[in-house]
Amino acid sequence: MAVLLIAEHNNKELKPFTLNAATAASQIDAEVHAVIIGQNSTDAAKQLSELPVIKKVLSVEAAHYENFTAENYSPIIIKLAKNYSHIICSANTFGKNLMPRIAAHLDTSQVSDIIKVISPDTFLRPIYAGNAFATIKSKDEKKCVTIRPTSFDPCESTGGSASIEKIDASEEFSNTKFIKREEIKSDRPELGTARIVVSGGRGMQSGDNFKLITEIADKLGAAIGASRAAVDAGYISNDHQVGQTGKVVVPDLYIAIGISGAIQHLAGMKESKVIVAINKDGEAPIFSVADYGLEADLFEALPQFMEELNKLNTIQK
Amino acid sequence: MKILVAVKRVIDYNVQIRVKEDGTGVVTDNVKMSTNPPDDNAIEEAVKIKEAGKATEVVAVTVGEEKAQETVRKALAVGADKGIHVQADGILEPLAVSKILQKIVDKEKPDLVFMGKQAIDDDCNQTGQMLSALLNWPQATFASKINVKDNKLEVTREIDEGLETIEINVPAIVTCDLRLNEPRYASLPNIMKAKKKPIEKIVVSELGVDISPRLEQLKVEEPPKRKAGIKVANVAELVQKLKNEAKVI
Amino acid sequence: MMSRESMEYDVVIIGGGPSGLSTAIKLKQLDSNLNVCILEKASEIGAHILSGNVFETRALDELLPNWKELNSPIKTKVNKEKFLFLGKTKSLSWPTWLLPSVQKNHKNYIISLANLCRWLGEQAEALGVEIFPGFPANEILYTEDGSVKGVVTQDMGIDKDGNKKDSFEPGIELLGKVTVFAEGCRGHLGKQLIKKFQLDKGKDPQQYGIGFKEIWEIDEKNHEEGLVMHTAGWPLDNNTYGGSFIYHAENKQIFLGYVIGLDYKNPHLSPYDEFQRFKTHPDIEKIIKGGKRVSYGARALIEGGFQSLPRMFMPGALLVGCDAGTLNMPKIKGSHTAMKSGIIAAETINEHLKENKDLSIFEEKFNISWLHKELYHARNVKPSFSWGLILGIIFTGIDQILFRGKLPFTLKHKHADHDTLKPANQMSKINYPKYDNVITFDKTSSVYLTGTNHTDNQPVHLKLKDPNLPINYTLEKFDEPAQRYCPAGVYEVQKENEVNKFVINSQNCIHCKTCDIKEPSQNINWVTPEGGGGPKYGNM
Repeated sequence: MAVLLIAEHNNKELKPFTLNAATAASQIDAEVHAVIIGQNSTDAAKQLSELPVIKKVLSVEAAHYENFTAENYSPIIIKLAKNYSHIICSANTFGKNLMPRIAAHLDTSQVSDIIKVISPDTFLRPIYAGNAFATIKSKDEKKCVTIRPTSFDPCESTGGSASIEKIDASEEFSNTKFIKREEIKSDRPELGTARIVVSGGRGMQSGDNFKLITEIADKLGAAIGASRAAVDAGYISNDHQVGQTGKVVVPDLYIAIGISGAIQHLAGMKESKVIVAINKDGEAPIFSVADYGLEADLFEALPQFMEELNKLNTIQK
Repeated sequence: MKILVAVKRVIDYNVQIRVKEDGTGVVTDNVKMSTNPPDDNAIEEAVKIKEAGKATEVVAVTVGEEKAQETVRKALAVGADKGIHVQADGILEPLAVSKILQKIVDKEKPDLVFMGKQAIDDDCNQTGQMLSALLNWPQATFASKINVKDNKLEVTREIDEGLETIEINVPAIVTCDLRLNEPRYASLPNIMKAKKKPIEKIVVSELGVDISPRLEQLKVEEPPKRKAGIKVANVAELVQKLKNEAKVI
Repeated sequence: MMSRESMEYDVVIIGGGPSGLSTAIKLKQLDSNLNVCILEKASEIGAHILSGNVFETRALDELLPNWKELNSPIKTKVNKEKFLFLGKTKSLSWPTWLLPSVQKNHKNYIISLANLCRWLGEQAEALGVEIFPGFPANEILYTEDGSVKGVVTQDMGIDKDGNKKDSFEPGIELLGKVTVFAEGCRGHLGKQLIKKFQLDKGKDPQQYGIGFKEIWEIDEKNHEEGLVMHTAGWPLDNNTYGGSFIYHAENKQIFLGYVIGLDYKNPHLSPYDEFQRFKTHPDIEKIIKGGKRVSYGARALIEGGFQSLPRMFMPGALLVGCDAGTLNMPKIKGSHTAMKSGIIAAETINEHLKENKDLSIFEEKFNISWLHKELYHARNVKPSFSWGLILGIIFTGIDQILFRGKLPFTLKHKHADHDTLKPANQMSKINYPKYDNVITFDKTSSVYLTGTNHTDNQPVHLKLKDPNLPINYTLEKFDEPAQRYCPAGVYEVQKENEVNKFVINSQNCIHCKTCDIKEPSQNINWVTPEGGGGPKYGNM
């Protein structure tokens, strides 16, 4: 049986993590269908049909799908579920909110936040905030699985031409009413979800010196992080803190500047895809987890770094 | 209005987790246990709503082994009126817990059910949503602000993009974010009083729900240790590697 | 003064360690109608307990004679003993028949004292003792005539600037007909009582040590359950008092530790690094190689013994266990003596309440007990090591083996530990090897294993009497030794824009009290943080 992917979108276009979830779905079974539920979401549906891994798109439109509430989404997915072995979506706040509601209706024990597909019924997932990994085998006939988006590469976004099938909407759930969504409009991405994080530690020596980091973060479209030591020293506010008692981040690129790499800090960033460390102490523990280490005085290295970035024609955002 | 709050006993968040050598789980012997942190926020919010005169009773419920009732006792010490301990041993999946809670809801008939958004042990983030599905109630997950108006709740939810506000009709389920409030401390006199408050004990088999596991935990292991990469000679080389080799900028 | 709620008990006990729990249990055995409560600053009983521990059951046999039937965590009997003198790469095994009898352990057990306390806590609760974990006693209350009438628990919900937060919860008064202080070594209230009532009048200055402990899970082939091993010598020099212990416990675990006297003289010495270096000795490394470190912790211990033991009674209160200083140093054991002091305290209190006898009968009871005899016989060992390791051993051989502690004189402890440091420029720097993160580890990874934490935004609980002293004086004269004697990396001297700054990472504190003891000007005062803060030790 095929796998059903639940697309996440904003009615105009797909949310990027849908591409990561599609990759995970295709690792379970080659026959991946995707359902897109929304209002005036035909452009997003078309975009979905162009993902080469998607073999068929099911599109549902109704006014009550405009705001993606789980209560409205779940009946239609439950109806579709009889044709599928797996239901897949991202383990972000959208998928976390939605999937258990579906799983409970299907009387299925959900497997949350997987980081690896071992076989169609066996998955790897972190537990205890990533301090242990569990290998889980599902014995349920239908499997509801949410995937950690950063653990799967996004699939190709063009070249496919899946058919788009319109299906009927289900009834509205009247006890939940959407009021508003306030997207945080900031030039800087949120620390928890940023693709790139630039972090400073006590090596920055003062709050003023953090402007060296801000400059680079602006250039890269990155969030700004900090070690606990830098926060305790008063260089930056504690909502920037990465680590055991701060935020756990898993960006594509983590740049640690003047951070020695206390284990509490490593606990918060060691799952990042690529780690860069800039530190003048060549023995600093941060180098033991860095993909690229630069042993240098940060006050010399950072202006050079900025210069090199300025030389680049393009920078991915 | 009556509020049921579900609380879970987990390894204290300060304790460093140790994976058992035989791969069957993590070490829990002589390890400090506590109430799941966002469950404390759930209790706090329920008690606050009661103190504001908008609820009449707060009932704390837990499902788990004998010692799990410590979490109920703690809830009683910070203002819950009554406790329920559903005694069940072994691994309980969120699906099983939500079925058990459904029975408790049938029995207690609360107007609201609160709980933490996620337990810090299995990190599943399922129980609240599953319970609302089983009851066909509205759900407000990841709540960072709750405004009670008559038979409705206006809830602000923490979502990836920012904040979302929804209005749900009572009866409803709310799962709580750490940002919802700052849980109060239990005072000594209240701890003493809590010792005298009733905790109803229910053996899970009396509820007639199927709690048999559907998932098989094949192995628990330590996450792989990250290996050191390379040292670059200068900034130019670093930027070139990030651009062309790692392809991240 | 703010008005506080109060609760009244017959007996209020401060500290849920071996002495406090024994006091409580004995009291309830003597009279089950007594209202007894225990305040404990840790989040649960046992979470701040750290000890070797080779346990002598003598006091427990008296307290709970049927302990073997009560599922106690006392399982591993000592079945083999070794004593090694370590040179840099070699070692010399000392025949155990030549050890003083106090250092023979064949009747003793290898235990986790934290687990023993958890179990004693259960026994106490079953007898009706109220135990309040997470509630530090912060302040002593006195009646108008100056006798102790109880304590105030810590206020909760104060921010770092001293303002009340929304969650503020005032401490309450716990009033006891008798208050028992059982805080362990260098209790912050015990310290005040000793001063106020001059309990140490005519006594030698108290002596302390710092003890480290790691738990390792080791390769089966290196594990000999029941083996007790001690070492002296390397890496310490002849003038520094200290040594190691390695106890092979159950489940392939060993308890590996190191104790260093806090009367060391060289401010460059780092007790933590001496311990880490010790593990690289070939005879030690071969035991832990291929194993895994699972726990780390450190705690000051009280070593002054008989000469330094303060008077343990005062109006309205008793001081017991390591809060007073009942540890037997040559035996390297303080648990059974602490428990015995608690038992004597309970007997004293019972007679005080029933027959209106003065609390000073504690001393009469103490003087005729085996505890007194034991501490008296042990009294000359520790001071003899002030002559150096070799002379100390020779003297101890004569004192303990030939005369069994009955020599007709008593050696004195001359200095308090904070007075012993020599100026940094007169002592040689010590180059410690780098950590390999296999056998030896940096401080922060070690602290991580303790699970210690203190909630953000509370006042710093390590108070500097003079905030400028560390940089203006101690750094210059002693190279600020707090950076090294603290086993948890709480203190750092940090250069910020070329200016030195003394940084206190109080959230790392593991409540060992070493800073309170060793700071050369006694400039650091350890006070209680918010309840539940500090380490979360498991089977330490």
